[in-house]
Amino acid sequence: MEIKADLKYTKEHEWIKLDGEVATVGITDYAQGELGDVVFVELPKVGAAVAQMKPFGTIEAVKAVSELFSPITGEVAAVNSTLETDATVINKDPYGEGWLIKIKVKNPKELDSLLTAEKYKEMVAV
Amino acid sequence: MSYVPNTDADRKKMLEVIGVSRFEDLLDAVPKEVRLQEPLKIPPPASELELFADLRKLSRQNVPVSVSNSFLGGGFYDHFTPAAADFIIRRPEFLTSYTPYQAEVAQGTLQIIYEFQSLICALTKMEAANASLYDGASAVAEAALMAAHATERKEILVTEGLNPNYLAVLETYVTGGAYQVRSIPLGPSGQIEPEMLKKAISEKTAALILQTPNFFGCLEEAKELEPIVHTVGAKFVAVFDPISLGMVTPPGEFNADIAVAEGQSLGVPISYGGPAVGLFAAKRELVRRMPGRIAARTTDAEGKIGYVLTLQTREQHIRREKATSNICTNQGLMATLSTVFMSLVGKQGLLQMARLSYAKAHYTAALLESKGFKRVYSAPFFKEFALELPVPASKVVSRLRKSNIVPGIDLGKYDKKRKNQLLIAVTEKKLRADIESLAEGMSFFRPQTGSGIAPERKLEAAGQV
Repeated sequence: MEIKADLKYTKEHEWIKLDGEVATVGITDYAQGELGDVVFVELPKVGAAVAQMKPFGTIEAVKAVSELFSPITGEVAAVNSTLETDATVINKDPYGEGWLIKIKVKNPKELDSLLTAEKYKEMVAV
Repeated sequence: MSYVPNTDADRKKMLEVIGVSRFEDLLDAVPKEVRLQEPLKIPPPASELELFADLRKLSRQNVPVSVSNSFLGGGFYDHFTPAAADFIIRRPEFLTSYTPYQAEVAQGTLQIIYEFQSLICALTKMEAANASLYDGASAVAEAALMAAHATERKEILVTEGLNPNYLAVLETYVTGGAYQVRSIPLGPSGQIEPEMLKKAISEKTAALILQTPNFFGCLEEAKELEPIVHTVGAKFVAVFDPISLGMVTPPGEFNADIAVAEGQSLGVPISYGGPAVGLFAAKRELVRRMPGRIAARTTDAEGKIGYVLTLQTREQHIRREKATSNICTNQGLMATLSTVFMSLVGKQGLLQMARLSYAKAHYTAALLESKGFKRVYSAPFFKEFALELPVPASKVVSRLRKSNIVPGIDLGKYDKKRKNQLLIAVTEKKLRADIESLAEGMSFFRPQTGSGIAPERKLEAAGQV
């Protein structure tokens, strides 16, 4: 299980990486492992508003389905369209090709309330 | 589990525990004026002997299509069913099977649902079908909601040609104001006119629900209407007659997004008002929004074929609050019957049923026209047509009933403006003699061509009303 040191995490197992004004969001390696084979993701449209720790979509595996929570408040700037045809990319590369959405961040200070890699590691350590 | 009714002593004890003296005290919170103040109007208990006598008396009031000359349609039709179909579904494996959630013990049921879905796809030329819904009406309403969710729009456009019973169910579904239902009138020929549709439809429209053949039997120009619907980004919901697809263009070929129907014609007998079976098919891209259950074929760990209920995360038992619909079951036995029916009748048989129904309906219309009656609409029709009468249709119905003929549906029941219109359905089962006796019975009401006496007066003079 991989936890990248340069990312921030939510308690709901999303990761976020801020790059200038825009942040990329995905689910963690731990989360994809727990879900199993991802078959479908339902994502918002570009331009939709998202709020910190409010659901922005759903992720569906063979036998389970979960909400996706936004780590930050802002506006959806991009959606990973490759997931429409092949959601298993999330299993293969959760921190890379399997990203979900990009968010134009409204208030970067919100990042402070998220978990560091260290804290996330503590949380998921069984 | 045994059923043990509670005694007066039990009840007294229970009331004591709760801390009230009478059962009625428990209802104190309900205002007096909304409570029933009188005993329920139900008859006293009856012995088995009395009960059966009563039920027999009631059942004698039925006029089954097997003993009457019936031209009733309007959504339920007396089509032929091979005797084998009924025999096959009476096998206990089919008759008693329950909900197939445990795939490992329900392979037969799951396979037959899968076959049913495949046959519906083949029939409609649509990409995906579900395991069936309750009836055509709920299928229409579910299709409307699905289109509204998919487009994130709130306006449902229907036509005057939509079965009024389906419209009533749709309106019940949307009660509360989340969605608006608007209706487009039919043109003088009995079809939706492209210009009228263009005016009525907009980028607020979630779906056009088009029934073809429509409630009045007229075939709609679905191919012409399709681009108008898709130009504004709305979904095209087609309500079809499964038997007609032996002859007319199936919904998949005119690019419908969702195709729904009452499947009763596919082997299900007309039995009081039911049972029915709702058919529901859609384009592949909408499959995750489809209501109800869907069976799929897969392979197990050893590579052997197995059948499962799939896409279950849309269903109520996993995420109730996120379910795409309130429907959580299907008409299992009726879907099985339809599957058996379709496999026995086959492609050629279906085509033959369609052609015979068409030919006999047109023969009936021509015969009635030769007696001076006029069809309400001039558009091409399949097996059903509306006839304009010089008297209220209710009078024709009650008079012909005396000769054991049920001439059709009095359209005044649905619309007062149509009280002189009769909806006549003719299937392949009608014999020439049946049709001729209808025409003969109707002759009494033929429009006058000069005698000056209105048929109604003539009827009164003859002491018939």
